[in-house]
Amino acid sequence: AARGCGGVWHRARQCGAGRPWPGPFPRGQRAVACNARGGAVPAGKSGLAPWIPVVGLEIHAQISSNSKLFSGSQVQFAAPPNSLVSFFDASLPGTLPVLNRRCVEAAVMTGLALNCSINKKSLFDRKHYFYADLPAGYQITQQRVPIAVNGSLSYSLCIDNKMSQMVTKTVRIKQIQLEQDSGKSLHDDTRCQTLVDLNRAGVGLMEVVMEPDMCCGEEAAAAVRELQLILQTLGSSQAVMAEGQLRVDANVSVHHPGEPYGVRTEVKNINSIRFLAKAVDYEIQRQIEELENGGTILNETRAFDSKLGCTVPMRDKEGKQDYRFMPEPNLPPLILYDAKSLPANMNHQQVINIDWIHERLPDLPSVKREKLVEQYGILPEHSFALLNEDGLAEFFESVVKQTQMKPKKVIGWILNDLLSYLKQHSLTVKESPVSSFLLADLLNLLEKKEISSSAAKQVLAELWKGEGKTPLEIVKEQKLELLQDQKELEQICQAVIDGHENE
Amino acid sequence: QKVSVEVLAHLEQLALVDFRDLEGVERLQKAIQFADQLHEVNTDGVEPMDSVLEDRCLYLREDDVTEGNCTKELLENAREKVEEYFVAPPGNIPLAKLEEQEAFLQGS
Repeated sequence: AARGCGGVWHRARQCGAGRPWPGPFPRGQRAVACNARGGAVPAGKSGLAPWIPVVGLEIHAQISSNSKLFSGSQVQFAAPPNSLVSFFDASLPGTLPVLNRRCVEAAVMTGLALNCSINKKSLFDRKHYFYADLPAGYQITQQRVPIAVNGSLSYSLCIDNKMSQMVTKTVRIKQIQLEQDSGKSLHDDTRCQTLVDLNRAGVGLMEVVMEPDMCCGEEAAAAVRELQLILQTLGSSQAVMAEGQLRVDANVSVHHPGEPYGVRTEVKNINSIRFLAKAVDYEIQRQIEELENGGTILNETRAFDSKLGCTVPMRDKEGKQDYRFMPEPNLPPLILYDAKSLPANMNHQQVINIDWIHERLPDLPSVKREKLVEQYGILPEHSFALLNEDGLAEFFESVVKQTQMKPKKVIGWILNDLLSYLKQHSLTVKESPVSSFLLADLLNLLEKKEISSSAAKQVLAELWKGEGKTPLEIVKEQKLELLQDQKELEQICQAVIDGHENE
Repeated sequence: QKVSVEVLAHLEQLALVDFRDLEGVERLQKAIQFADQLHEVNTDGVEPMDSVLEDRCLYLREDDVTEGNCTKELLENAREKVEEYFVAPPGNIPLAKLEEQEAFLQGS
């Protein structure tokens, strides 16, 4: 979970060692003063009126399915170019879209998980624009009546640095729509050409539109992180940003309290959650500086340059686009049913029942966290950390089952020791050389007071080498056993005292 | 009511059509006039129909891989290719330049 911001920003002073603004912010530091309680703050020291940043997000999540949204070609990352392309994907004349049932189910699941109203009748439209990786010259999307609307997503932030005070925020979900992904363009500037791979063209996407309820990079990052966890829990998308399965565009504007919203810019090319926070914060700062210098903000699209840590205007996006939306003539409306409206005589493969899907939703991350806190008596921050790392919660529960040590003590070993080892060596929980069995074994030795806490850490370091030794074997090898014999202890103490007397 | 020059330029850019000469523009005006006859019908309180398929059933396909693996066939359509990639110009070319290109190609 990330630190929260107050929602009101002041003009940044030059930060750090005379670093010119705008520039990348020093790690972990923010150049702006915030009100931690989130209320409006009167004019600051500089005498300038405060600014309220407004951040909205458009998130594209690639649907986890075997085949594409409207065709039977395979969905797979990193395949030979143009090998996963059907005639429809290449937009050859005479081909028609055929809707993939799994994609609809994925969108319904996601809509339900985000507390949306599912539209029992939704429509498909064409969005027209010309680009080499869009062979049809249009994208099939749901502009007029999408599959789900009016939901919400709750996420948590830490107020202070120590992660001990968490606050829950909510962002409204405007809608979720089904749409096609485009192909990939590889720009070859040396030969002045673009290479086009259509493997991705036609893959199903869920576009999740978040209302501008956020006010800074950290809120945006926390919201996206929670959405990512939800999607992964549902299985509707694997949502791995590095593989392009989750793409985020941010809409950013600033205004003075009481005044109407300012002109917004769209920020694209954000490749990780960390960069999302940076890009949003940079853009807010840039707009504030521009406006306070008497400039204006253009309603433009900007790209985030991760190397420089700033946003730059994007080429190829001159002027306002007119997409000439029209109904997709080849697709009838998409009709969904619930228990009440279920038709009697229809082939059930052709029917999607919203209630049936709702009943089978897995526990969402927020529910899982509550259960962990309730069942094991750990703190909310702990359950957050457990769910933040893939497989860690399961590892923790497995250790707890195999040891007598109380969960409240086990959690320290999981979050402080195991997790830091994993991070140091860039390993996932699944790749851990220390299994839950081994760790439980070690913790049992500690619990039975056969070894000390510091000895246990030594054993863990040895276990980490993954040489196949058991904790007990290592203890014996390194002679780390705690002495239990009273007489022996007395003898040692006496020897030490005697030794000192001689000095 | 005439179609303005701005609208014409906008249409040409959006749809990549070329009205070419005065005759083309007049034909456009006449087409708009013809379509405007639709306004003579009173549609108060009537829901617009946006598809003749509105009463049909949308067929749902099972999520099986049944197509693809026809790289060779698809690339046969490409004028230019590089190692199984289609080749395109770098980004969209603004219309003015496109005309220059065509003139150049016709000349060569």
